[in-house]
Amino acid sequence: MAQKKFVVGCFDDEKVLFPAVKQVRTAGYKIKDVYTPFPVHGLDHALGMRETSLHTAGFIYGITGTTTAISCISWIFTKDWPLNIGGKPHFALPAWIPIIFELTVLFAAVGMVMTFMWLCQMAPGVKKHHFHKRATDDLFVMVIECTEKTNAEDLKALLAANGAVETDIQVAEEDWWFGTYDNENENLYKQVAH
Amino acid sequence: MASIKEQFEIPGKLKTWAYALIGIGGVALLYGMFTQGFSTDEHEQVHFWGTLMYNTIFWTLVTNAAMFFLCFSTMAQAAWMQSFRRIAEAISTLVPVFGAITFAVLMYVVLGGKHHIYHWLDAEAVAKDPILKGKAGFLNPTFFVIWTTLAITLWSYFGYRMRQISREADENPMDAATATSFNIRSMTRSGFFLVWFGLTVASTIPWLWLMSIDAHWYSTMYSWYTFASSFVAGMALIALWVIYVKNKGYLELTNSEHLHDIAKFMFAFSIFWTYLWFSQYMLIWYANIPEETVYFKHRVQGAYKPIFFLNLVINFLAPLIILMKRSAKRNFTLVAFMAVLILFGHWIDFYQMVMGSLMKDHVTLGWLDFGILGFFVGVLILMVARSLASKPLIAKNHPFLKESIIHQV
Repeated sequence: MAQKKFVVGCFDDEKVLFPAVKQVRTAGYKIKDVYTPFPVHGLDHALGMRETSLHTAGFIYGITGTTTAISCISWIFTKDWPLNIGGKPHFALPAWIPIIFELTVLFAAVGMVMTFMWLCQMAPGVKKHHFHKRATDDLFVMVIECTEKTNAEDLKALLAANGAVETDIQVAEEDWWFGTYDNENENLYKQVAH
Repeated sequence: MASIKEQFEIPGKLKTWAYALIGIGGVALLYGMFTQGFSTDEHEQVHFWGTLMYNTIFWTLVTNAAMFFLCFSTMAQAAWMQSFRRIAEAISTLVPVFGAITFAVLMYVVLGGKHHIYHWLDAEAVAKDPILKGKAGFLNPTFFVIWTTLAITLWSYFGYRMRQISREADENPMDAATATSFNIRSMTRSGFFLVWFGLTVASTIPWLWLMSIDAHWYSTMYSWYTFASSFVAGMALIALWVIYVKNKGYLELTNSEHLHDIAKFMFAFSIFWTYLWFSQYMLIWYANIPEETVYFKHRVQGAYKPIFFLNLVINFLAPLIILMKRSAKRNFTLVAFMAVLILFGHWIDFYQMVMGSLMKDHVTLGWLDFGILGFFVGVLILMVARSLASKPLIAKNHPFLKESIIHQV
């Protein structure tokens, strides 16, 4: 739990956003993230993010499912409790393939969803600071974390010069917390427990 | 787009290869026809006509799959394939050519009463056989001839209509109203093809042409299986041509993003083919009824065992393992290699589907098979190249072209 200082620039057009991302990065700032209302093609490349490893994780989960299914079924049907089913051999691979397939898919799917949630820090009840309410509606919100060397006013000016319609300096919680929605004070989230 | 090379010129080397293949294959074909096809020995006759049949049916369905690809993409308003659509169009121009050969071969077999290939042609046997009598409404020469004629003619005709409308995108830039009506007309024309494709390739044609070789046996998976086999081979053929033409310095707008999606089709439909292969096999294995297992008896336990499992290795394990990674699907060399492997694998698949039923006792794979294959490949190379050279490589005023250029996976 740490409060940090962020400079926030809001853009209302992709065509302005992309050159701005390039300018900010060329100027030497490290962009924390850009929050967009919809997936923007090529933005991950523009931000210089590395390829996700989610599919490698998925492959490992899948292989784990396959192995679990094969070892479990073959042990049960050949060693633990062999049954004569329609005169088929005990090691009846064709009959097992559907189960092996299902377990592979189940492990891969559940594992990937959990990994994805973990990577994105998402779970029921988990809240994070919103840098701008309209980030889920019609604004592209660029967030840059300040270091001790950052001159926030200079950065704000740079963002405005590159077409930001709104700029802002926010001191905000970086991590996630558990909380509920707060209507009365127009705060997005009320903190329950720390 | 000043630097785009629109006009394909056939490389001399390609022509030499095509003529060499046609020459060598043609000699093998004619030699086989006169020594075996017209011999008095029934066994020899079945060997030759069976071999010719599976080759010509395979290449007809594979080239037709290129048009199927164009039509369902058009129907889904897909844009990514616009930058190389002329490759698929060129491949589909082979449908009338290979279709005519298929038609001639099938007519020779059916009208010539070759009941060693199609057992249901034997009128005396059918009269004594309750199963064949029950199927006689479908499996009879009249229906076979009419349906085969209709199928080949309409594939060619609807395909021709699709290629014609694509040519409109060459001429003048379209305004919004023209582009909309162009889009709707393209979708209507692809609809005709797709419906007819569903009634033929995805159902009746494999029953008639291939499954009826085992006249008593049937499988509800058979047509889907044949369709999946020919479609994945069709995608591999498109991939191979795209890579070749790009390698020669054309198709500047097609890049690894497009290749990635083509390879995804090859990967996904290899798995789909295996799904159908397994569904057909497992149900018959599990029920273990003699009328049904008769199809697999000589394939799994007899002479065709090596071919049968080689089929599964080439068409399932290899694509699954090699094409799984993202970087593999974007690698031109690797995709070209896999395309050749998949085409060969499904050719082997068609081989065992036909010859596994006609020549149960021994595997006949030999000079005749490869000779006829060479002939068909030669014709394919020559005619696809000619078709490519006869019109611009890019439909440069197609309303979706821009979307294809910026395509990103």
